[in-house]
Amino acid sequence: MSTAAVTMSPEISENKPSLWTRFRKAHGITYVVLSLVGIIWVFPFFWMVLGSLKTQREIMAVPPTLLPKNPTLGNFTQWFTQLHFGNYFINSLVVAVVTMLGNLVFCSMVGYALAKIDFAGKNVLFLLVMVTLMVPSVATFIPLFVIISNLHMLNSYFALILPFLTQPIGVFLMRQFMQSIPDALLEAGRIDGAGELRIFFQIVLPQCKPPLATLAVLTFLSSWNNFLWPLVAAQSNKMYTLPVALSLYSTGQNATNYSVLLAGAVLVVTPILLLFVFLQKYFIQGVTMSGIK
Amino acid sequence: MKLARRRRTLVAWGFSLPFVIVFAIFMLIPLATSLVMSFTDITARDIQTPFNVNFMGLSNYFKLFRDPRYLHSLGTTGIFVVVGLPLTMVVALAFAVTLNKGLRHVNAFFRALFYAPVVASTVAVSVVWRYILQKDGLLNTLLAIIGVQGPDWLHDTRTALPALMVMTLWRNMGTLMIIFLAGLQAIPEEVLEAAEMDGASEWRKFRSITLPLLRPTLLLGAVLQSVLYLQFFEESFVMTQGGPLDSTLSASYYIYEKFGFGQYGMSSAASYVLFAIIALVSLLQFRILKSED
Repeated sequence: MSTAAVTMSPEISENKPSLWTRFRKAHGITYVVLSLVGIIWVFPFFWMVLGSLKTQREIMAVPPTLLPKNPTLGNFTQWFTQLHFGNYFINSLVVAVVTMLGNLVFCSMVGYALAKIDFAGKNVLFLLVMVTLMVPSVATFIPLFVIISNLHMLNSYFALILPFLTQPIGVFLMRQFMQSIPDALLEAGRIDGAGELRIFFQIVLPQCKPPLATLAVLTFLSSWNNFLWPLVAAQSNKMYTLPVALSLYSTGQNATNYSVLLAGAVLVVTPILLLFVFLQKYFIQGVTMSGIK
Repeated sequence: MKLARRRRTLVAWGFSLPFVIVFAIFMLIPLATSLVMSFTDITARDIQTPFNVNFMGLSNYFKLFRDPRYLHSLGTTGIFVVVGLPLTMVVALAFAVTLNKGLRHVNAFFRALFYAPVVASTVAVSVVWRYILQKDGLLNTLLAIIGVQGPDWLHDTRTALPALMVMTLWRNMGTLMIIFLAGLQAIPEEVLEAAEMDGASEWRKFRSITLPLLRPTLLLGAVLQSVLYLQFFEESFVMTQGGPLDSTLSASYYIYEKFGFGQYGMSSAASYVLFAIIALVSLLQFRILKSED
Protein backbone atom coordinates (compact mmCIF):
# COMPACT_ATOMS: atom_id res chain seq x y z
CA MET A 1 0.00 0.00 0.00
CA SER A 2 2.60 2.49 1.14
CA THR A 3 4.90 1.80 -1.81
CA ALA A 4 2.03 2.32 -4.20
CA ALA A 5 1.32 5.66 -2.63
CA VAL A 6 4.93 6.68 -2.91
CA THR A 7 5.22 5.74 -6.57
CA MET A 8 1.86 7.41 -7.33
CA SER A 9 2.62 10.81 -5.92
CA PRO A 10 5.28 12.01 -8.36
CA GLU A 11 3.00 11.15 -11.27
CA ILE A 12 0.27 13.38 -9.92
CA SER A 13 2.55 16.32 -9.40
CA GLU A 14 3.87 15.89 -12.98
CA ASN A 15 0.40 15.95 -14.56
CA LYS A 16 -0.85 18.97 -12.72
CA PRO A 17 -4.56 19.18 -13.54
CA SER A 18 -5.41 21.94 -15.96
CA LEU A 19 -7.23 25.04 -14.82
CA TRP A 20 -10.38 23.77 -16.51
CA THR A 21 -10.28 20.44 -14.68
CA ARG A 22 -9.80 22.18 -11.38
CA PHE A 23 -12.68 24.54 -12.20
CA ARG A 24 -14.90 21.54 -12.95
CA LYS A 25 -13.77 19.69 -9.84
CA ALA A 26 -14.79 22.68 -7.74
CA HIS A 27 -18.24 22.62 -9.40
CA GLY A 28 -17.34 25.85 -11.19
CA ILE A 29 -20.04 25.57 -13.85
CA THR A 30 -22.70 24.89 -11.24
CA TYR A 31 -21.72 27.96 -9.31
CA VAL A 32 -21.69 30.19 -12.36
CA VAL A 33 -25.23 29.07 -13.16
CA LEU A 34 -26.29 29.36 -9.53
CA SER A 35 -24.92 32.89 -9.34
CA LEU A 36 -26.84 33.95 -12.43
CA VAL A 37 -30.06 32.40 -11.14
CA GLY A 38 -29.36 33.88 -7.72
CA ILE A 39 -29.10 37.38 -9.15
CA ILE A 40 -32.42 36.95 -10.92
CA TRP A 41 -33.92 35.44 -7.77
CA VAL A 42 -33.18 38.42 -5.55
CA PHE A 43 -33.61 41.00 -8.29
CA PRO A 44 -37.21 41.80 -7.26
CA PHE A 45 -35.78 43.00 -3.93
CA PHE A 46 -33.19 45.21 -5.67
CA TRP A 47 -35.86 46.51 -8.01
CA MET A 48 -38.01 47.34 -5.00
CA VAL A 49 -35.20 49.30 -3.34
CA LEU A 50 -34.23 51.08 -6.58
CA GLY A 51 -37.85 52.04 -7.23
CA SER A 52 -38.34 53.31 -3.69
CA LEU A 53 -35.52 55.80 -4.29
CA LYS A 54 -36.95 57.22 -7.51
CA THR A 55 -39.06 60.34 -7.76
CA GLN A 56 -42.74 59.95 -8.54
CA ARG A 57 -42.04 61.32 -12.00
CA GLU A 58 -39.14 58.99 -12.74
CA ILE A 59 -40.98 55.88 -11.63
CA MET A 60 -43.53 56.50 -14.42
CA ALA A 61 -40.81 56.63 -17.10
CA VAL A 62 -41.18 54.28 -20.09
CA PRO A 63 -38.92 52.38 -20.41
CA PRO A 64 -38.02 52.33 -16.71
CA THR A 65 -34.58 53.61 -15.67
CA LEU A 66 -32.32 51.12 -13.91
CA LEU A 67 -30.67 53.40 -11.35
CA PRO A 68 -32.52 56.40 -9.92
CA LYS A 69 -31.33 59.59 -11.62
CA ASN A 70 -32.07 61.82 -8.65
CA PRO A 71 -32.16 59.43 -5.71
CA THR A 72 -34.58 60.68 -3.08
CA LEU A 73 -35.74 59.57 0.33
CA GLY A 74 -38.95 61.53 -0.22
CA ASN A 75 -41.06 58.38 -0.53
CA PHE A 76 -39.86 57.24 2.86
CA THR A 77 -40.41 60.65 4.43
CA GLN A 78 -43.95 60.49 3.15
CA TRP A 79 -44.52 57.23 5.03
CA PHE A 80 -43.10 58.73 8.19
CA THR A 81 -44.81 62.10 8.06
CA GLN A 82 -48.14 61.65 6.29
CA LEU A 83 -48.85 57.93 6.23
CA HIS A 84 -48.43 57.12 9.94
CA PHE A 85 -45.68 54.55 9.40
CA GLY A 86 -44.57 54.81 13.03
CA ASN A 87 -48.04 53.95 14.16
CA TYR A 88 -48.31 50.81 11.97
CA PHE A 89 -44.78 49.77 12.82
CA ILE A 90 -45.49 49.91 16.54
CA ASN A 91 -48.74 47.99 16.05
CA SER A 92 -46.96 45.27 14.08
CA LEU A 93 -44.12 45.13 16.59
CA VAL A 94 -46.32 45.00 19.70
CA VAL A 95 -48.55 42.34 18.18
CA ALA A 96 -45.61 40.23 16.99
CA VAL A 97 -43.65 40.47 20.25
CA VAL A 98 -46.60 39.72 22.52
CA THR A 99 -47.74 36.88 20.27
CA MET A 100 -44.24 35.46 20.36
CA LEU A 101 -43.84 35.73 24.15
CA GLY A 102 -47.31 34.32 24.77
CA ASN A 103 -46.60 31.31 22.61
CA LEU A 104 -43.26 30.71 24.30
CA VAL A 105 -44.90 30.63 27.72
CA PHE A 106 -48.14 28.82 26.89
CA CYS A 107 -46.74 26.26 24.48
CA SER A 108 -43.78 25.31 26.64
CA MET A 109 -46.06 24.82 29.66
CA VAL A 110 -48.44 22.51 27.78
CA GLY A 111 -45.52 20.90 26.03
CA TYR A 112 -44.01 20.07 29.41
CA ALA A 113 -47.24 18.57 30.74
CA LEU A 114 -47.67 16.48 27.58
CA ALA A 115 -44.06 15.32 27.47
CA LYS A 116 -43.25 14.69 31.09
CA ILE A 117 -46.41 14.14 33.11
CA ASP A 118 -48.72 11.15 32.88
CA PHE A 119 -52.21 12.47 33.59
CA ALA A 120 -55.89 11.93 32.90
CA GLY A 121 -56.97 13.64 29.68
CA LYS A 122 -53.47 13.77 28.21
CA ASN A 123 -54.31 11.92 25.02
CA VAL A 124 -57.46 13.95 24.38
CA LEU A 125 -55.57 17.20 24.82
CA PHE A 126 -52.77 16.14 22.52
CA LEU A 127 -55.22 14.91 19.90
CA LEU A 128 -57.14 18.21 19.96
CA VAL A 129 -53.94 20.15 19.46
CA MET A 130 -52.79 17.90 16.62
CA VAL A 131 -56.14 18.03 14.84
CA THR A 132 -56.04 21.83 14.78
CA LEU A 133 -52.52 21.91 13.33
CA MET A 134 -53.97 22.07 9.84
CA VAL A 135 -56.89 24.42 10.53
CA PRO A 136 -56.52 27.47 8.28
CA SER A 137 -57.46 30.87 9.66
CA VAL A 138 -59.98 31.20 6.87
CA ALA A 139 -62.02 28.46 8.61
CA THR A 140 -62.37 30.33 11.89
CA PHE A 141 -62.22 34.05 11.17
CA ILE A 142 -65.96 34.61 10.74
CA PRO A 143 -67.11 33.29 14.16
CA LEU A 144 -63.98 34.83 15.63
CA PHE A 145 -65.14 38.17 14.30
CA VAL A 146 -68.57 37.69 15.90
CA ILE A 147 -67.06 36.57 19.22
CA ILE A 148 -64.49 39.36 19.38
CA SER A 149 -67.03 42.00 18.48
CA ASN A 150 -69.36 40.74 21.22
CA LEU A 151 -66.49 40.89 23.68
CA HIS A 152 -66.16 44.54 22.52
CA MET A 153 -62.55 43.91 21.59
CA LEU A 154 -62.62 44.64 17.86
CA ASN A 155 -60.07 47.19 16.75
CA SER A 156 -57.82 46.59 19.75
CA TYR A 157 -54.55 44.84 20.46
CA PHE A 158 -56.55 42.09 22.15
CA ALA A 159 -58.29 41.30 18.88
CA LEU A 160 -55.00 41.16 16.98
CA ILE A 161 -53.13 39.10 19.56
CA LEU A 162 -55.45 36.69 21.40
CA PRO A 163 -56.39 34.41 18.48
CA PHE A 164 -52.70 33.71 17.78
CA LEU A 165 -51.42 33.18 21.31
CA THR A 166 -51.83 29.43 21.18
CA GLN A 167 -50.25 28.00 18.06
CA PRO A 168 -50.62 24.20 17.95
CA ILE A 169 -47.29 23.94 16.14
CA GLY A 170 -45.61 25.41 19.25
CA VAL A 171 -47.03 22.73 21.51
CA PHE A 172 -45.86 20.12 19.07
CA LEU A 173 -42.33 21.53 18.88
CA MET A 174 -41.95 21.89 22.64
CA ARG A 175 -43.39 18.49 23.46
CA GLN A 176 -41.19 16.81 20.89
CA PHE A 177 -38.05 18.37 22.31
CA MET A 178 -38.92 17.96 25.98
CA GLN A 179 -39.45 14.24 25.54
CA SER A 180 -35.70 13.96 25.05
CA ILE A 181 -34.92 15.53 28.44
CA PRO A 182 -33.98 12.68 30.80
CA ASP A 183 -36.50 11.99 33.58
CA ALA A 184 -33.62 11.52 36.00
CA LEU A 185 -32.96 15.24 35.81
CA LEU A 186 -36.47 16.03 36.97
CA GLU A 187 -36.34 13.35 39.65
CA ALA A 188 -33.15 14.85 41.02
CA GLY A 189 -34.96 18.16 41.31
CA ARG A 190 -37.88 16.54 43.11
CA ILE A 191 -35.59 14.82 45.57
CA ASP A 192 -34.03 18.20 46.30
CA GLY A 193 -37.53 19.31 47.20
CA ALA A 194 -38.15 21.61 44.25
CA GLY A 195 -41.80 22.32 43.46
CA GLU A 196 -43.28 21.64 40.03
CA LEU A 197 -42.98 25.27 38.94
CA ARG A 198 -39.37 25.46 40.01
CA ILE A 199 -38.56 22.26 38.16
CA PHE A 200 -40.18 23.69 35.07
CA PHE A 201 -38.52 27.11 35.19
CA GLN A 202 -35.10 26.16 36.57
CA ILE A 203 -34.49 22.71 35.15
CA VAL A 204 -36.62 22.17 32.06
CA LEU A 205 -36.74 25.60 30.40
CA PRO A 206 -32.96 26.22 30.44
CA GLN A 207 -32.57 22.97 28.46
CA CYS A 208 -35.04 24.13 25.85
CA LYS A 209 -33.20 27.02 24.25
CA PRO A 210 -33.10 25.54 20.72
CA PRO A 211 -36.84 24.88 20.33
CA LEU A 212 -37.68 28.12 22.14
CA ALA A 213 -35.51 30.10 19.72
CA THR A 214 -37.07 28.32 16.76
CA LEU A 215 -40.57 28.89 18.07
CA ALA A 216 -39.79 32.55 18.77
CA VAL A 217 -38.65 33.10 15.20
CA LEU A 218 -41.57 31.11 13.78
CA THR A 219 -44.27 32.99 15.71
CA PHE A 220 -42.71 36.42 15.26
CA LEU A 221 -42.43 35.88 11.52
CA SER A 222 -45.96 34.59 11.04
CA SER A 223 -47.37 37.42 13.13
CA TRP A 224 -45.40 40.09 11.30
CA ASN A 225 -46.61 38.82 7.92
CA ASN A 226 -50.13 37.88 9.05
CA PHE A 227 -52.78 39.43 6.85
CA LEU A 228 -56.34 38.09 6.69
CA TRP A 229 -57.26 38.45 10.36
CA PRO A 230 -55.69 41.90 10.93
CA LEU A 231 -57.42 43.05 7.72
CA VAL A 232 -60.76 42.04 9.23
CA ALA A 233 -60.18 42.91 12.88
CA ALA A 234 -58.33 46.22 12.58
CA GLN A 235 -60.93 48.70 11.51
CA SER A 236 -59.20 52.03 11.69
CA ASN A 237 -55.92 53.64 10.88
CA LYS A 238 -55.07 53.51 14.55
CA MET A 239 -54.92 49.69 14.67
CA TYR A 240 -53.65 48.74 11.18
CA THR A 241 -50.57 46.57 11.05
CA LEU A 242 -47.96 47.15 8.34
CA PRO A 243 -49.22 44.60 5.78
CA VAL A 244 -52.79 45.84 6.20
CA ALA A 245 -51.77 49.47 5.79
CA LEU A 246 -49.66 48.69 2.73
CA SER A 247 -52.34 46.54 1.09
CA LEU A 248 -55.06 49.15 1.62
CA TYR A 249 -52.82 51.90 0.29
CA SER A 250 -51.91 49.73 -2.70
CA THR A 251 -55.52 48.97 -3.63
CA GLY A 252 -56.92 52.43 -2.99
CA GLN A 253 -56.68 55.60 -5.04
CA ASN A 254 -52.89 55.49 -4.83
CA ALA A 255 -52.69 52.12 -6.56
CA THR A 256 -50.29 53.43 -9.21
CA ASN A 257 -48.19 55.58 -6.91
CA TYR A 258 -45.43 53.00 -7.13
CA SER A 259 -42.50 54.95 -5.70
CA VAL A 260 -44.36 55.39 -2.41
CA LEU A 261 -45.71 51.83 -2.55
CA LEU A 262 -42.26 50.36 -3.05
CA ALA A 263 -40.90 52.45 -0.18
CA GLY A 264 -43.69 50.92 1.92
CA ALA A 265 -42.69 47.44 0.78
CA VAL A 266 -39.06 48.17 1.72
CA LEU A 267 -40.19 49.25 5.18
CA VAL A 268 -42.26 46.08 5.70
CA VAL A 269 -39.66 43.65 4.39
CA THR A 270 -36.41 45.10 5.76
CA PRO A 271 -36.87 44.32 9.48
CA ILE A 272 -37.61 40.67 8.70
CA LEU A 273 -34.80 40.34 6.16
CA LEU A 274 -32.39 41.76 8.74
CA LEU A 275 -33.61 39.28 11.34
CA PHE A 276 -33.22 36.54 8.77
CA VAL A 277 -29.61 37.48 8.05
CA PHE A 278 -28.71 37.33 11.74
CA LEU A 279 -30.91 34.45 12.89
CA GLN A 280 -30.79 32.37 9.73
CA LYS A 281 -30.12 29.16 11.61
CA TYR A 282 -33.38 29.38 13.53
CA PHE A 283 -35.43 30.27 10.46
CA ILE A 284 -34.13 27.19 8.67
CA GLN A 285 -34.61 25.03 11.76
CA GLY A 286 -38.19 26.27 11.94
CA VAL A 287 -38.80 24.78 8.51
CA THR A 288 -37.11 21.46 9.14
CA MET A 289 -38.45 21.01 12.67
CA SER A 290 -42.03 21.83 11.79
CA GLY A 291 -41.73 20.02 8.50
CA ILE A 292 -40.28 16.74 9.65
CA LYS A 293 -42.73 15.26 12.06
CA MET B 1 -50.84 5.39 43.98
CA LYS B 2 -54.21 6.77 43.01
CA LEU B 3 -53.56 9.89 45.02
CA ALA B 4 -50.26 10.45 43.25
CA ARG B 5 -51.93 10.20 39.87
CA ARG B 6 -54.63 12.64 40.91
CA ARG B 7 -51.95 15.06 42.03
CA ARG B 8 -50.10 14.67 38.76
CA THR B 9 -53.29 15.29 36.82
CA LEU B 10 -53.89 18.44 38.81
CA VAL B 11 -50.36 19.69 38.19
CA ALA B 12 -50.52 18.89 34.48
CA TRP B 13 -53.81 20.68 33.98
CA GLY B 14 -52.41 23.58 35.97
CA PHE B 15 -49.63 23.84 33.40
CA SER B 16 -52.06 23.45 30.52
CA LEU B 17 -54.82 25.74 31.74
CA PRO B 18 -53.62 29.09 30.34
CA PHE B 19 -53.18 27.51 26.93
CA VAL B 20 -56.38 25.51 27.08
CA ILE B 21 -58.55 28.52 27.95
CA VAL B 22 -57.24 30.73 25.14
CA PHE B 23 -57.14 27.79 22.75
CA ALA B 24 -60.74 26.89 23.50
CA ILE B 25 -62.13 30.42 23.15
CA PHE B 26 -60.19 31.45 20.08
CA MET B 27 -59.71 28.17 18.24
CA LEU B 28 -62.01 25.31 19.24
CA ILE B 29 -65.18 27.33 19.79
CA PRO B 30 -64.82 29.32 16.55
CA LEU B 31 -64.10 26.12 14.66
CA ALA B 32 -67.28 24.51 15.95
CA THR B 33 -69.30 27.74 15.64
CA SER B 34 -68.24 28.12 12.04
CA LEU B 35 -69.91 24.81 11.25
CA VAL B 36 -73.07 25.77 13.16
CA MET B 37 -73.18 29.18 11.46
CA SER B 38 -72.99 27.55 8.06
CA PHE B 39 -76.42 25.99 8.77
CA THR B 40 -78.03 29.35 9.64
CA ASP B 41 -79.02 32.54 7.86
CA ILE B 42 -76.78 34.72 10.05
CA THR B 43 -75.76 38.05 8.51
CA ALA B 44 -73.85 41.12 9.64
CA ARG B 45 -77.09 42.49 11.15
CA ASP B 46 -77.25 39.60 13.65
CA ILE B 47 -73.84 40.32 15.08
CA GLN B 48 -75.17 41.60 18.43
CA THR B 49 -77.73 38.79 18.67
CA PRO B 50 -75.96 35.80 17.18
CA PHE B 51 -78.33 33.29 18.72
CA ASN B 52 -81.40 34.90 17.20
CA VAL B 53 -81.02 33.37 13.75
CA ASN B 54 -82.91 30.77 11.75
CA PHE B 55 -81.72 27.25 11.20
CA MET B 56 -81.55 26.62 7.48
CA GLY B 57 -80.27 23.07 7.23
CA LEU B 58 -78.03 22.57 4.25
CA SER B 59 -79.53 25.36 2.19
CA ASN B 60 -76.40 27.52 2.32
CA TYR B 61 -74.43 24.64 0.88
CA PHE B 62 -77.01 24.07 -1.88
CA LYS B 63 -76.96 27.76 -2.73
CA LEU B 64 -73.21 27.72 -2.75
CA PHE B 65 -72.89 24.86 -5.18
CA ARG B 66 -75.45 26.46 -7.48
CA ASP B 67 -73.43 29.67 -7.58
CA PRO B 68 -71.30 29.51 -10.74
CA ARG B 69 -68.91 32.06 -9.24
CA TYR B 70 -68.24 29.79 -6.29
CA LEU B 71 -67.66 26.78 -8.52
CA HIS B 72 -65.39 28.96 -10.60
CA SER B 73 -63.44 30.00 -7.49
CA LEU B 74 -62.96 26.35 -6.57
CA GLY B 75 -61.77 25.65 -10.09
CA THR B 76 -59.31 28.53 -9.97
CA THR B 77 -57.96 27.30 -6.65
CA GLY B 78 -57.74 23.79 -8.08
CA ILE B 79 -55.71 24.93 -11.09
CA PHE B 80 -53.51 26.99 -8.80
CA VAL B 81 -52.73 23.92 -6.69
CA VAL B 82 -52.57 21.27 -9.40
CA VAL B 83 -50.34 23.29 -11.73
CA GLY B 84 -48.56 25.65 -9.34
CA LEU B 85 -47.56 23.17 -6.66
CA PRO B 86 -45.88 20.52 -8.86
CA LEU B 87 -44.01 23.29 -10.67
CA THR B 88 -42.77 24.67 -7.37
CA MET B 89 -41.76 21.18 -6.27
CA VAL B 90 -39.77 20.50 -9.43
CA VAL B 91 -37.89 23.78 -9.13
CA ALA B 92 -37.29 23.23 -5.41
CA LEU B 93 -35.99 19.73 -6.06
CA ALA B 94 -33.62 21.01 -8.73
CA PHE B 95 -32.23 23.61 -6.33
CA ALA B 96 -31.98 21.07 -3.50
CA VAL B 97 -30.11 18.52 -5.62
CA THR B 98 -27.73 21.21 -6.89
CA LEU B 99 -27.04 22.56 -3.42
CA ASN B 100 -26.55 19.11 -1.93
CA LYS B 101 -23.06 18.76 -3.40
CA GLY B 102 -20.09 21.04 -3.69
CA LEU B 103 -18.70 23.52 -1.21
CA ARG B 104 -20.56 23.67 2.06
CA HIS B 105 -20.14 27.33 2.90
CA VAL B 106 -20.92 28.56 -0.57
CA ASN B 107 -23.99 26.34 -0.59
CA ALA B 108 -25.16 27.78 2.72
CA PHE B 109 -24.97 31.23 1.15
CA PHE B 110 -27.05 30.22 -1.86
CA ARG B 111 -29.52 28.38 0.36
CA ALA B 112 -30.12 31.59 2.30
CA LEU B 113 -30.40 33.58 -0.92
CA PHE B 114 -33.06 31.32 -2.41
CA TYR B 115 -34.90 31.08 0.89
CA ALA B 116 -35.07 34.85 1.44
CA PRO B 117 -38.39 35.47 -0.40
CA VAL B 118 -40.14 33.09 2.03
CA VAL B 119 -39.63 35.43 4.97
CA ALA B 120 -40.87 38.52 3.13
CA SER B 121 -44.47 39.59 3.61
CA THR B 122 -46.68 38.34 0.77
CA VAL B 123 -48.39 41.72 0.65
CA ALA B 124 -45.08 43.51 0.17
CA VAL B 125 -43.77 41.17 -2.52
CA SER B 126 -47.15 41.29 -4.27
CA VAL B 127 -46.78 45.06 -4.52
CA VAL B 128 -43.30 44.63 -6.00
CA TRP B 129 -44.41 41.99 -8.49
CA ARG B 130 -47.41 44.04 -9.54
CA TYR B 131 -44.95 46.80 -10.39
CA ILE B 132 -42.69 44.40 -12.29
CA LEU B 133 -45.59 42.88 -14.21
CA GLN B 134 -47.41 46.06 -15.22
CA LYS B 135 -47.80 46.83 -18.89
CA ASP B 136 -44.71 49.03 -19.16
CA GLY B 137 -42.97 47.27 -16.31
CA LEU B 138 -39.60 45.63 -15.96
CA LEU B 139 -40.56 42.26 -17.41
CA ASN B 140 -42.08 43.67 -20.59
CA THR B 141 -39.17 46.07 -21.03
CA LEU B 142 -36.77 43.12 -20.89
CA LEU B 143 -38.95 41.13 -23.26
CA ALA B 144 -38.98 44.07 -25.68
CA ILE B 145 -35.19 43.92 -25.84
CA ILE B 146 -35.39 40.44 -27.36
CA GLY B 147 -38.23 41.57 -29.60
CA VAL B 148 -41.18 40.09 -27.74
CA GLN B 149 -44.18 42.21 -26.93
CA GLY B 150 -45.40 41.02 -23.55
CA PRO B 151 -49.07 41.11 -22.58
CA ASP B 152 -50.52 43.23 -19.79
CA TRP B 153 -49.94 40.28 -17.48
CA LEU B 154 -52.28 41.10 -14.62
CA HIS B 155 -55.08 42.55 -16.77
CA ASP B 156 -55.34 39.69 -19.21
CA THR B 157 -57.60 36.76 -18.26
CA ARG B 158 -55.19 34.33 -19.90
CA THR B 159 -52.04 35.45 -18.10
CA ALA B 160 -53.18 36.75 -14.68
CA LEU B 161 -53.42 33.37 -12.94
CA PRO B 162 -50.17 32.00 -14.41
CA ALA B 163 -48.44 35.22 -13.35
CA LEU B 164 -49.67 34.72 -9.79
CA MET B 165 -48.46 31.13 -9.90
CA VAL B 166 -44.96 32.19 -10.92
CA MET B 167 -44.83 34.73 -8.13
CA THR B 168 -46.01 32.14 -5.61
CA LEU B 169 -43.42 29.70 -6.91
CA TRP B 170 -40.77 32.36 -6.34
CA ARG B 171 -41.99 33.12 -2.85
CA ASN B 172 -42.60 29.57 -1.59
CA MET B 173 -39.89 27.56 -3.31
CA GLY B 174 -37.41 28.08 -0.46
CA THR B 175 -39.44 26.16 2.10
CA LEU B 176 -39.61 23.09 -0.11
CA MET B 177 -35.94 23.42 -1.00
CA ILE B 178 -35.01 23.28 2.70
CA ILE B 179 -37.26 20.28 3.34
CA PHE B 180 -35.89 18.44 0.29
CA LEU B 181 -32.31 19.24 1.27
CA ALA B 182 -32.92 17.68 4.67
CA GLY B 183 -34.34 14.63 2.91
CA LEU B 184 -31.38 14.38 0.55
CA GLN B 185 -28.92 14.57 3.40
CA ALA B 186 -30.62 11.58 5.01
CA ILE B 187 -29.86 9.36 2.01
CA PRO B 188 -26.93 7.12 2.96
CA GLU B 189 -23.84 7.92 0.93
CA GLU B 190 -22.87 4.23 0.60
CA VAL B 191 -25.93 3.50 -1.52
CA LEU B 192 -25.00 6.17 -4.01
CA GLU B 193 -21.35 5.13 -3.99
CA ALA B 194 -22.30 1.51 -4.64
CA ALA B 195 -24.34 2.61 -7.65
CA GLU B 196 -21.43 4.68 -8.88
CA MET B 197 -19.17 1.61 -8.68
CA ASP B 198 -21.68 -0.22 -10.84
CA GLY B 199 -21.22 2.53 -13.40
CA ALA B 200 -24.59 4.24 -12.99
CA SER B 201 -24.85 7.67 -14.59
CA GLU B 202 -25.85 10.76 -12.58
CA TRP B 203 -29.34 10.74 -14.06
CA ARG B 204 -29.72 7.01 -13.44
CA LYS B 205 -28.64 7.43 -9.82
CA PHE B 206 -31.12 10.26 -9.37
CA ARG B 207 -34.01 8.32 -10.90
CA SER B 208 -33.37 4.90 -9.39
CA ILE B 209 -32.03 5.79 -5.96
CA THR B 210 -32.49 9.40 -4.92
CA LEU B 211 -36.05 9.85 -6.12
CA PRO B 212 -37.50 6.65 -4.60
CA LEU B 213 -35.73 7.27 -1.29
CA LEU B 214 -36.95 10.86 -1.30
CA ARG B 215 -40.61 9.95 -1.79
CA PRO B 216 -41.70 10.42 1.84
CA THR B 217 -40.02 13.83 1.90
CA LEU B 218 -41.65 14.83 -1.38
CA LEU B 219 -45.05 13.83 -0.05
CA LEU B 220 -44.51 15.70 3.18
CA GLY B 221 -43.54 18.81 1.24
CA ALA B 222 -46.61 18.41 -0.93
CA VAL B 223 -48.92 18.22 2.10
CA LEU B 224 -47.44 21.24 3.83
CA GLN B 225 -47.48 23.39 0.73
CA SER B 226 -50.84 22.29 -0.63
CA VAL B 227 -52.41 23.56 2.59
CA LEU B 228 -50.92 26.98 1.80
CA TYR B 229 -51.72 26.90 -1.91
CA LEU B 230 -55.34 25.96 -1.23
CA GLN B 231 -55.72 29.16 0.80
CA PHE B 232 -54.17 31.60 -1.62
CA PHE B 233 -55.63 35.03 -1.05
CA GLU B 234 -53.15 37.83 -0.44
CA GLU B 235 -51.68 37.56 -3.93
CA SER B 236 -55.11 38.07 -5.52
CA PHE B 237 -56.09 40.72 -3.01
CA VAL B 238 -53.10 42.94 -3.75
CA MET B 239 -52.29 42.12 -7.37
CA THR B 240 -55.59 41.60 -9.14
CA GLN B 241 -58.48 41.92 -6.67
CA GLY B 242 -59.71 38.62 -8.00
CA GLY B 243 -59.87 39.94 -11.56
CA PRO B 244 -59.72 40.38 -14.44
CA LEU B 245 -63.22 38.90 -14.91
CA ASP B 246 -62.77 36.69 -11.83
CA SER B 247 -59.84 34.88 -13.44
CA THR B 248 -57.88 34.97 -10.14
CA LEU B 249 -60.87 34.60 -7.83
CA SER B 250 -59.73 32.00 -5.29
CA ALA B 251 -61.87 30.10 -2.81
CA SER B 252 -60.47 32.22 0.03
CA TYR B 253 -61.17 35.39 -1.90
CA TYR B 254 -64.78 34.32 -2.42
CA ILE B 255 -65.14 33.65 1.33
CA TYR B 256 -63.68 37.06 2.12
CA GLU B 257 -66.02 38.72 -0.37
CA LYS B 258 -69.14 37.04 1.07
CA PHE B 259 -67.97 38.05 4.53
CA GLY B 260 -67.55 41.62 3.30
CA PHE B 261 -71.14 41.56 2.01
CA GLY B 262 -72.23 40.52 5.51
CA GLN B 263 -73.46 37.07 4.45
CA TYR B 264 -71.86 35.25 7.36
CA GLY B 265 -73.86 32.04 6.93
CA MET B 266 -72.90 31.62 3.29
CA SER B 267 -69.36 32.66 4.01
CA SER B 268 -69.05 30.10 6.82
CA ALA B 269 -70.39 27.36 4.57
CA ALA B 270 -67.82 28.25 1.91
CA SER B 271 -65.04 28.32 4.50
CA TYR B 272 -66.05 24.90 5.80
CA VAL B 273 -65.96 23.42 2.33
CA LEU B 274 -62.42 24.76 1.93
CA PHE B 275 -61.49 23.46 5.38
CA ALA B 276 -62.91 20.04 4.50
CA ILE B 277 -60.88 19.99 1.28
CA ILE B 278 -57.72 20.94 3.16
CA ALA B 279 -58.35 18.30 5.83
CA LEU B 280 -59.07 15.68 3.18
CA VAL B 281 -55.95 16.47 1.16
CA SER B 282 -53.70 16.32 4.20
CA LEU B 283 -55.36 13.13 5.46
CA LEU B 284 -55.01 11.48 2.06
CA GLN B 285 -51.38 12.43 1.75
CA PHE B 286 -50.59 11.27 5.27
CA ARG B 287 -52.25 7.96 4.46
CA ILE B 288 -50.01 7.51 1.48
CA LEU B 289 -47.06 8.52 3.62
CA LYS B 290 -47.95 5.97 6.31
CA SER B 291 -48.48 3.10 3.89
CA GLU B 292 -45.03 3.79 2.48
CA ASP B 293 -43.11 3.17 5.67
